[in-house]
Amino acid sequence: MKKKRLIPILLLRNGSLVQSIDFSEYLILGNPVEAVKRLSEWAADEIIYLDISGGEKFDAGRSDLGNAFKRTFREVIVDVADATFMPMTVGGKIRNRTDIAERLSQGADKVSLNTIAFDNFRMVEEAVLEFGSQCIVASIDYKEIDGKLRAMVDGGTRDTGLSPQSWSKRLEEIGVGEILLNCIDRDGKKNGYDIETISEISADLKIPVIALGGVGNWEHFREALEKTDVDAVAAANIFQHTDQSVYHAKKYLFDSGLSVREPMLLSI
Amino acid sequence: MGKRVCILDYGSGNVRSVANLLRFLKIDFVLSNRVEDIETASHIVLPGVGSFGSSMKKIQDRIPLEALGTEVLIKQKPFLGICVGMQVLAETGTEFGLHKGLGWIPGRVRKFADHGLPIPNIGWNTVLESSGNSLLGEHQKLDFYFVHSFVFEVNNQKHAIGTTEYGEIYASIVRRDNIVGVQFHPEKSQKAGMILISNFMNMR
Repeated sequence: MKKKRLIPILLLRNGSLVQSIDFSEYLILGNPVEAVKRLSEWAADEIIYLDISGGEKFDAGRSDLGNAFKRTFREVIVDVADATFMPMTVGGKIRNRTDIAERLSQGADKVSLNTIAFDNFRMVEEAVLEFGSQCIVASIDYKEIDGKLRAMVDGGTRDTGLSPQSWSKRLEEIGVGEILLNCIDRDGKKNGYDIETISEISADLKIPVIALGGVGNWEHFREALEKTDVDAVAAANIFQHTDQSVYHAKKYLFDSGLSVREPMLLSI
Repeated sequence: MGKRVCILDYGSGNVRSVANLLRFLKIDFVLSNRVEDIETASHIVLPGVGSFGSSMKKIQDRIPLEALGTEVLIKQKPFLGICVGMQVLAETGTEFGLHKGLGWIPGRVRKFADHGLPIPNIGWNTVLESSGNSLLGEHQKLDFYFVHSFVFEVNNQKHAIGTTEYGEIYASIVRRDNIVGVQFHPEKSQKAGMILISNFMNMR
């Protein structure tokens, strides 16, 4: 039987692994490669690694102290691919098909496209044809503006004028393989997923939807898996703060009778 | 003579991941298409991602198929095809036109029937191994990572030694004597992939 997936998301910002709150505050967590090795040992189903470097926003970590871990995104991806044996999606700073080919050759299995999908829709269509649907994940960051949901780009700063519902539908029509649906308003808030929107969009699409944003405890994963048609549940911060986090989350879901891979710890 | 794997290197995208897994398992390997490496290897692995036709073309262009045939079909060295490397074991494939495969296991590769499920099939799914085989070891049932739109329809059901369900029940492990093919990606399947590779290495 096909399994629902549990996906840790890692954010690399200016060379360090970070935690994000509200898309505006960033705390440095540590070594960007070692953290992923741990997630792999706890048998994550796959990982999504996003490069969110740059911008003028406040950086809560002290870059003078964070330097010990600093690595380029490329170095991190190659090291992670060499040290883990699970599927990896890579996103951030992808502008064209050459960038996609480069990420794949570095060891990524899929790429996640966000701003570029809106600014250059044609490129995404071409990428689907060149690399296959299975390779292209479209990431949608959305938030509420004046009572309406809007898909945002440029790290949540630019309004596309489109609802996440209509945007996800258009992306499905041109053949992207999956949608990563991220609620900005819940980023780092620990108050659970935006079940209503996730439920509506995952019921409307045939392609897999990955839910993101707001997980504060394992029950939030369960809620999304029980109440919506999502194919995968993702989170970032929660996986970084407890030992064997993925294992415990998986065990909770497995014991709840959900169709997830049996929890295990890998001795690797 | 010690065991040594020859990973056939014909420009397939997952070669690097397969090599990483063998390195991790401390299995001696060489990444090569050279006749002498194929001849001196104890085991042979054919990775694969992409479409049937383009993969077969690269295989025909870059791999010395006569020497490979001698080692696999006559000397009966253990052979493992992964994903499209499994599919090309069939006689024909129908992805983007009709193409001839290696024809080492009777059958054809066709698109998933329409079950209303997303295609490609991406994600973790269970493989059930029929008894009397040992690729999954004592487990006979393990979850592996799949990415595919096409399936291998074997002519002789006894060659489908592992099956998986996705709208239909299909062959996820095929085997004919020393020749094994897996539709999933052991190199992306964590522990289950390691178990499979270790058991493949015990074949002789």
